[in-house]
Amino acid sequence: MNKPAFRDALTRSLPVLCSYLFIGTAFGIMMNEAGYGWPLSALSSVVIYTGAFQFVLVALLAASSPLGTIALTALLMSSRQVFYSLTFIDEFRRMGRRMPYMIASMTDETYALNCSLPPDLENREDVMFYLAILCQIYWVAGTLLGAIAGNVIPWDMTGIDFSMTALFVILLINQWEGTRDHLPAVGGAAVAVVCLLIFGGSSFMLPALLITSAALLLRPAKADRREEHA
Amino acid sequence: MTARALVAILISALCTLSMRALPFLLLGRKRRLPAWLERLGRALPSAIMAVLVIYCLKDGVTNPLRTGLHEAAGVGVTAASYIWKHNTLLSILLGTVTYMLAIRFLPI
Repeated sequence: MNKPAFRDALTRSLPVLCSYLFIGTAFGIMMNEAGYGWPLSALSSVVIYTGAFQFVLVALLAASSPLGTIALTALLMSSRQVFYSLTFIDEFRRMGRRMPYMIASMTDETYALNCSLPPDLENREDVMFYLAILCQIYWVAGTLLGAIAGNVIPWDMTGIDFSMTALFVILLINQWEGTRDHLPAVGGAAVAVVCLLIFGGSSFMLPALLITSAALLLRPAKADRREEHA
Repeated sequence: MTARALVAILISALCTLSMRALPFLLLGRKRRLPAWLERLGRALPSAIMAVLVIYCLKDGVTNPLRTGLHEAAGVGVTAASYIWKHNTLLSILLGTVTYMLAIRFLPI
């Protein structure tokens, strides 16, 4: 192991340590409240490893949603990560045996960390790899903490699942501030509300997601060209 | 219940991984995605996030007087504090605590 690079990665990962421990713990508690033990919570954090979707998955499972809805939601929710890997495609390719893990461990937070690394950083590729590992360790540790502490915490944690809502509100604000093209966000919300009123809370996600992505796919190319100049 | 959750977790992992790996699978040595996919990928994330926010607030939308008020308090505090400070952790904490207090102490 490259010790200076590891120490550098450790310092740089501290902000993610705070947020992953907190959000991971909330996820673990939520899984526990939904009746799933720590092995499933840990598995979810190891193999899926995308905080936002893992929360949704608990809710979808609780509502006995069909596997098709779950799969489509997973695909669409991770669509933003296509662009994360795209940013680092050349660098990851140079990383050889580490490349598959670099791709599999790309999250909102690791992407932001990688973007913040100076281009001429010493041992840059080692730092990126250690960052990826450290962040996932924080996430799994938080999950286990929540999954196990959930049984021990003496006070009533009802409402902790609102941290998922808060996370999505923040991600939406981030998306909103990053573009001048607000039609997708406004349209998505409108489609979702209409579908909710027609299909009801337990089955509106599939039609809402399908209509939203079909509408964006069919939208004339001109409509979002403005954004490129933004 | 556990078997179903296990299958759902594994399927979800596969879907998420395939999206993360998509550029590497689609592009040989090239650097750019097809134009239609690039456009979709630019617009999709904010639209999906908006759908998800509605999903989280579905009980409030269908029951605005009771749940809606509690959720509005939590969302309001989350959004306002985030727009002000841009600190993810702080806003999640404030918003969640506000909501947990609202469902316990708001009279309705």
